Amino acid sequence: MSPFLFGAIVFALACYVLAMALGLLRLYRGPSAQDRVLAMDLIYTIGMLVLMVLAIRYRSAMYFEAALLIAVFGFVSSAAMAKFLLRGEVIE
Amino acid sequence: MMMPAGVSLWVEIPVALLLILSGLFTLTAAIGVVRFKTFFQRMHPPALAFSFSAWCVTLASIIYFSAQDARLSLHAWLIIIFLSLTVPVTTILLARTELFRRRIGNPGAGDIPPSLSHVVPRPAEGDEAPPKG
Repeated sequence: MSPFLFGAIVFALACYVLAMALGLLRLYRGPSAQDRVLAMDLIYTIGMLVLMVLAIRYRSAMYFEAALLIAVFGFVSSAAMAKFLLRGEVIE
Repeated sequence: MMMPAGVSLWVEIPVALLLILSGLFTLTAAIGVVRFKTFFQRMHPPALAFSFSAWCVTLASIIYFSAQDARLSLHAWLIIIFLSLTVPVTTILLARTELFRRRIGNPGAGDIPPSLSHVVPRPAEGDEAPPKG
């Protein structure tokens, strides 16, 4: 792995960590509940991107399954929370 | 580090550029989420992370693993397809949630359009017929 690609991976991971910190700030500060759901949506997507960059870093295809699982469960959880905020119950 | 023989530099350069681009897009999205004022403005920046960043990382991993395995490895497309199917659902649900809660909180205030489906009672029913039933 050339130093250029290694530096790019480190830069991307640093950007992701900073973005997750900013998302946590919105999660902490968010005036309404749907702001917090939105921030959590952003955070789990960035976590999925981190896993995909780590797959390139360690040259292992096993990370894709974890990224796919994060995408699936993140969608289910945020859709359930948005539905709960919308109606007061998840399944009606 | 004991790794198998890597890919050539001409493959690593576009991979690195795509990764840098995706990091910058994600950072832009997070800054927008923190700095925008209202919820309807804050709904927009995460779309950068959901579309551009995910596309860049997926393209980078497709290029890298295709060059490494010397065959087309497309399994990262699953993530993009799944993300592009599920993100609009979440976004619409959150937008409806914000509309619903604003209507419940202060009905008829500001620039919130009234509800069409009579789930939330309309604030002033002077000029139109009240809903049947």
